[in-house]
Amino acid sequence: MEAFQQAIAEQVAEQQLHHGKAQFFWVWGALLAMTAIEVYLTYQNLQPVRMLTILMGLSFVKAALIIGYFMHMKYEISQMKWLTMCALVACLALMMIFFPDALRILSLGVK
Amino acid sequence: MADVTLPHDMPAVYEPSLFGTYSKKIGMWLFLMSDSLTFGALLYAYSYGRISTPNWPTPFHSQSIVNATIMTAFLLTSSLTMVLAVRASAEGNAKAQRLWLLATMACGMGFVILHGREWSKLIAEGLTLPVFPKLPGQAVAGEFVNVAKTVPQFPATFFGLTGMHMLHVTLGVVYLGVVALRRKFIPILLIMWLVAWLGTPSYSPFHYGAHVLLVAAVVCSIVLWLKPKVYDSSDVEVAGLYWHFVDLVWMFIFPLVYLMSAKIL
Repeated sequence: MEAFQQAIAEQVAEQQLHHGKAQFFWVWGALLAMTAIEVYLTYQNLQPVRMLTILMGLSFVKAALIIGYFMHMKYEISQMKWLTMCALVACLALMMIFFPDALRILSLGVK
Repeated sequence: MADVTLPHDMPAVYEPSLFGTYSKKIGMWLFLMSDSLTFGALLYAYSYGRISTPNWPTPFHSQSIVNATIMTAFLLTSSLTMVLAVRASAEGNAKAQRLWLLATMACGMGFVILHGREWSKLIAEGLTLPVFPKLPGQAVAGEFVNVAKTVPQFPATFFGLTGMHMLHVTLGVVYLGVVALRRKFIPILLIMWLVAWLGTPSYSPFHYGAHVLLVAAVVCSIVLWLKPKVYDSSDVEVAGLYWHFVDLVWMFIFPLVYLMSAKIL
């Protein structure tokens, strides 16, 4: 079984060599640029809701780049991509159920 | 019933692997998915506190934002060096792999040191938790002395979330150290523990937090002596997945915690 796993690992490592090194530098540059935009926006004193929307949008793009390129998810089979990502997003989205309660506390004026 | 005899030299036949990859990688992905729920819960707790508290503090001045931006750059650069280490290991270039891993560790340590400096500054200004040791003269001065009393959700969620992330980065550095240097890393880890323990004042939470390195040294020693092995490209790739995850989580902590609570005058 060990040899079987080793053979798959070697196959995966060989596949990785087909992707150019330059793309990692492009992704790194894009991540740094998006971070710079986020910091620039902080100094512009935007409205909190607008600021939050832009920041979260950029964060999701950054997360997608890291998962896709650095964690090689882009090159995994579609079964792995969809099953893991959908399960994760669904679980995290379910946690949002608590947010209406936080707003309710605010409107009730609880101190 | 007829007897069936299998020849001994017949190659073993296994089922195709799950998701077309090796088990270690799938195991790490499952761990990361569960860990992302931990961080998700902490981020939601922070956001819940922020929504439900009208007088949420904004303790991060320009200096803190610059510090956090440099920390982010360190983590992003460490992800690049990590991916280059994974590539070097796939090419079979052991020397380059070790150098890139050491570069990743250096960036990770830079992140932890800057984060520790940020924590110390906030604690010195009065933003603290009841479990932290008392600072000399804290009751008299400090910008955030009242924050801990009026909005206890802020220090609790801030230190909980960023502390958990700092712990992950620290353990990531240890993990990479073991993969890069194996047993040679144990004395280095012990020196790091002594420096962190003796180099911080007794009223700093890092004075006690440094013992994480001692525990890590003991665990790593047991693992390395019980199951010594040369780590191959699959081990480096799996370690890389963990490291990128730590970077990924920070991409949400940085804007939500720092940029959304900035006080830019």
